[in-house]
Amino acid sequence: MREREDEWTGLMRSAISGDGAAYHRLLKAIAPVLRAGARRGLARAGQPVDQSEDIVQDILLAVHLKRHTWDANAPFAPWLFAIARNKLIDALRRRGRRVFVNIDDFAETLPGEAAAETVSASEVAARLESLPARQRAVLQSIAVDSASIRDTAAKYSMSEGAVRVALHRALASLTARLREQ
Amino acid sequence: METDQLIRTLAADNTRARPVGFVLALALLAAAPVSLLMFFTELGVRPDVMTAMRNPFFDLKFAVTLALATSAILVSLHLSRPEASMRGWGWLFMIPAGLLVAGISSEMMMPQRLPMMTRLVGQNSRVCMSAIPAMSLPLLAAALIALRHGAPTRPALAGAIAGLLSAGIAATFYASHCTDDSPLFVVTWYTIATALVTAVGALAGSRVLRF
Repeated sequence: MREREDEWTGLMRSAISGDGAAYHRLLKAIAPVLRAGARRGLARAGQPVDQSEDIVQDILLAVHLKRHTWDANAPFAPWLFAIARNKLIDALRRRGRRVFVNIDDFAETLPGEAAAETVSASEVAARLESLPARQRAVLQSIAVDSASIRDTAAKYSMSEGAVRVALHRALASLTARLREQ
Repeated sequence: METDQLIRTLAADNTRARPVGFVLALALLAAAPVSLLMFFTELGVRPDVMTAMRNPFFDLKFAVTLALATSAILVSLHLSRPEASMRGWGWLFMIPAGLLVAGISSEMMMPQRLPMMTRLVGQNSRVCMSAIPAMSLPLLAAALIALRHGAPTRPALAGAIAGLLSAGIAATFYASHCTDDSPLFVVTWYTIATALVTAVGALAGSRVLRF
């Protein structure tokens, strides 16, 4: 597990200095671990574990939007698990559960247990509907239609810079919507 | 949306956020003029400030309030990281507290014209208790907005520290107006005013600093 976490730290360092591929690999690597941790937390709270993907997606969004608070000289895993725990507690509270989150729900996940799979979640998708039209169009084009930033810019006759801004705002509003619920 | 789609989208967004410290500095620089405007329209610097500066107890007020503000800024930035805890950081607040205790004991050892209770009660306690919280509010609002860029996992605590931070700066302004220089006055009324702002900060923080 130590090795895995050192690898994450290395990937995140590359990501912070602008390596998009490293960032993509890192997010892919942590998603199954987050999924297993979210399932464990939901099970302990007596909640159906099929809601875990909503929590995974919220954690990933928070990791992305708060990545500037990670200190590049510190290991990545404690930072990640602190965010994950915070999001899990938040999700359980919104479901009206008495919150008891084990410190190690995320940290103890073994590589074998964290089967990689791609799962769909409904919550984030539902929040997408309430975004301003332009942000929603850009987000949908890139997320769902797998278009590149350049293709999206051409499709909506926007500059690439404007697409980037709209995309970032869309991701930030997805998280903001969660807080308003 | 599938998680893989979300991940691909996040990787496509390479917008860089500014560090929390930078945002906090900007926010405080923007709010300070508002507090200073309140200070100069309602209070102003005491007329005998040039003579007062030769009084070590007048100077001590600034050492205490600035030490409080500085410690609180450092702790705020630390707490804006999700994995942060107070362990190893709480001692910073011993600096302003220690300075105040040192001031009280040295005043005790000197001959005084006024009895202890008179120095403690002073003449400006009411102004002190309203001016410090009032001047703190713009600074507190700015600090909270800035700290939303961080990721504090203990929002009430982070809000309380933001309260200490803003009260520390507001008290620095106020100290140049107030003619009560006894550390006994400071430890009583400045502390009450600061506690008030800290409570407001904790309450506001628990709401606005969640992420």
